[in-house]
Amino acid sequence: MGSIATSGHAVDLAKLEPVFDKYKDMANGSLIPVLQGAQDAYGFLPIAALQAIAKRLNVPISQIYGVVTFYAQFRLVPRGKHVIRSCQGTACHVRNSARILESLKTVLGVAPGDTTEDLKFTLETVACIGCCSLAPVMMIDTDAHGRLRPDRVPKILDSYSN
Amino acid sequence: MTSTIPLTRLKNAGDLEALKNKIFPGLALRKDPNAQPYEGVTHNIMVCCDTGCTSSGAKAIVTAFEKDLAEKGLDKKVEIVVIGCHGFCEMGPLIVVYPDDVYYVHLKPEDIPEIVEETIKGGRPVEKFLYHDRETLKPVVKYREIEFYAKQNRILLTNCGHIHPERVTEYIANDGYKALAKALSMKDDTTALLEEVKLSGLRGRGGGGFPTGRKWELCRNAPGDKKYIICNADEGDPGAFMDRSLMEGDPHRLVEGMTIGGLIIGANEGYIYCRAEYPLAIRRLKLAISQAEELGVLGDNILGSGWSFHLHIKEGAGAFVCGEETALIHSIEGKRGMPTARPPFPAISGLWGKPTNNNNVETWANIPGIILKGGAWYASYGTEKSKGTKVFALTGKVRNTGLAEVPMGMTMREIIFGIGGGIQNDKKFKAVQIGGPSGGCLPDSMIDRPVDYDSLIEAGAMMGSGGLVVVDEDTCMVDLARFFLSFTRDESCGKCTPCREGSTRMLNILTNITQGKGKPGDIELLEELARNIKLSSLCGLGQTCPNPILSTIRYFRHEYEAHIYEKKCPARQCVDLLTYFIDVEKCVGCGSCKKICPANAIDGNKKEPHIIDIQKCIKCGSCIDACKKYKAVTRK
Repeated sequence: MGSIATSGHAVDLAKLEPVFDKYKDMANGSLIPVLQGAQDAYGFLPIAALQAIAKRLNVPISQIYGVVTFYAQFRLVPRGKHVIRSCQGTACHVRNSARILESLKTVLGVAPGDTTEDLKFTLETVACIGCCSLAPVMMIDTDAHGRLRPDRVPKILDSYSN
Repeated sequence: MTSTIPLTRLKNAGDLEALKNKIFPGLALRKDPNAQPYEGVTHNIMVCCDTGCTSSGAKAIVTAFEKDLAEKGLDKKVEIVVIGCHGFCEMGPLIVVYPDDVYYVHLKPEDIPEIVEETIKGGRPVEKFLYHDRETLKPVVKYREIEFYAKQNRILLTNCGHIHPERVTEYIANDGYKALAKALSMKDDTTALLEEVKLSGLRGRGGGGFPTGRKWELCRNAPGDKKYIICNADEGDPGAFMDRSLMEGDPHRLVEGMTIGGLIIGANEGYIYCRAEYPLAIRRLKLAISQAEELGVLGDNILGSGWSFHLHIKEGAGAFVCGEETALIHSIEGKRGMPTARPPFPAISGLWGKPTNNNNVETWANIPGIILKGGAWYASYGTEKSKGTKVFALTGKVRNTGLAEVPMGMTMREIIFGIGGGIQNDKKFKAVQIGGPSGGCLPDSMIDRPVDYDSLIEAGAMMGSGGLVVVDEDTCMVDLARFFLSFTRDESCGKCTPCREGSTRMLNILTNITQGKGKPGDIELLEELARNIKLSSLCGLGQTCPNPILSTIRYFRHEYEAHIYEKKCPARQCVDLLTYFIDVEKCVGCGSCKKICPANAIDGNKKEPHIIDIQKCIKCGSCIDACKKYKAVTRK
């Protein structure tokens, strides 16, 4: 988990209002949906937004930080334009997903969890995306790419370069 | 087209029956080869657009059909029906054309005009797009005659791949919500309904195998006026996707099952906790809930009975431990998903301190069938102690990957070699991992036993959610155990010491072994740690995480020993114990390995033997694949 280095950036808190509105009738347990909504709005969770959520939902910021760092979905630092999730599930593993990840690392020049310098791609790993029958698989944004081979990786990435 | 029938609120069971009768003729094309056109529609083309087929290019098939049919003026006569998982993911993109009942596989957009011309206009199957039997090499027209489907018994997946999952009308035409109407007619005697569930012998399909009827009874009898039911749709086991396919392919079955469950248990509110990695399933469930509310089969005063039930969807945020029921409950409450000690059991004090019953997707989805056809019908499938059918996700190095629903008690050999078609590339079967990171593996000597909850436990594995990952001779069992441990170590929530520290220690030992740094005594140390972690961990994650290690040691101890004492990986998979090199005698200098190498580790002039720089080599194996013709690249 990266540091909260983005606190200096200006954050438009007005983007949170529709999120608060949507869950205002939820008596209990609205924290996770609100965080998911906030992340959709900003692409990540800026510290200023977390502070605003703490105030509005009347939940200590320490508890929010605990929840944010517990779940794999939440991010405290910005991500690239396209998110690549290389599946490391069992079926992918036995069909050699390690080779696909190696190839992604070599082509992009970043380690899993990191973003390329031009902010185009973020490389992540995921435990399973449920496309096991097409292993090895990676997901770029919402598109699943199956039956991968290391040599096909650069071409697939090229198609997202805009 | 059934999609044009307006939805109005159903006031009673009679309205439901009337709606069904109105819709049914619209679907006759799919059931009867001699059916008459309905409102001018002569053909239905079912295109599987499940997550798997979509990534194989199914959307382009739909577009190609739309374009070609419009150009030929057939768009009013032919209806394209987007369906959920048809099961045979390996063959995607795949379609079924009705009423001809022709099954086409591995389609490409450029194939579509020929299918429209020949099959739709001419009424003839196109042989080259048909499935061909692997042994006889003969084409098969009807999918039911293919071994993969023929050996299955689809009583739960009956609608999956046969109805449009976004149309409630198609669900109703196939007896949808009829079980709910029947249950509501008995709402003053829910004990009788509970007896049916008990009689069915249904056991929790999420892995534990606890009898569902008895579990419900605990929550039903718990004191309290407010109760909750939960559907665990946080299918986190890598290698399992049956719940996703059910939610994407037949979402109303889950909604109906939960509504009936609410009635029997006495709960007016339910939650579906679905992982965020399944966006399509979430979208379809949300749509199903809103359609069901509009029709009055969910929400207030269901079918005019005076009884109400509300259903909410909660999106998980990515944590495997949330499959554990107490952790899942905390996650719904908006907290960190960490388990708590039981008792109190959720049946007494669960969500927000109220009595709560939690089952997984497959369990809930079995309920409508049981209520409609009776517990005895369901119990007629399966073995003495494990009733009904089970859906398995068949993956790994097996030829036919996909979903297989079979009666409990079928042998693993029949599932893998009959339905699954055996091992890819004619390699040798080594083991099947069942139950994901909590389960174990079964070697060749154990796969002739009937598969049920109890026989699997005896063999050192467990049913889990039903993910079957088949591995062949090229898979290292030590590395497989290491893989599972690295997964559970990452997913351990860190609350209890045995799981947090123990999984890390076991992973260190396994990693050392796979890197050639294993020591005598490591196997015994692993066994001792595993036993203690099983006994002392707080929740199911810790209690089961040693299973892959124990079962691989039990059946493949020699592989561990080879790594430790001979510093060799018998499956030639552990990269630290391998070196890649090119045989100068065999290399013709074609350059294909040099071209494919992602690390630029191969050098050599054209038509001269190439060499691998072992400093640069990342041991990915691409060069071996590239040199299939000359077999000059080897690893030792």
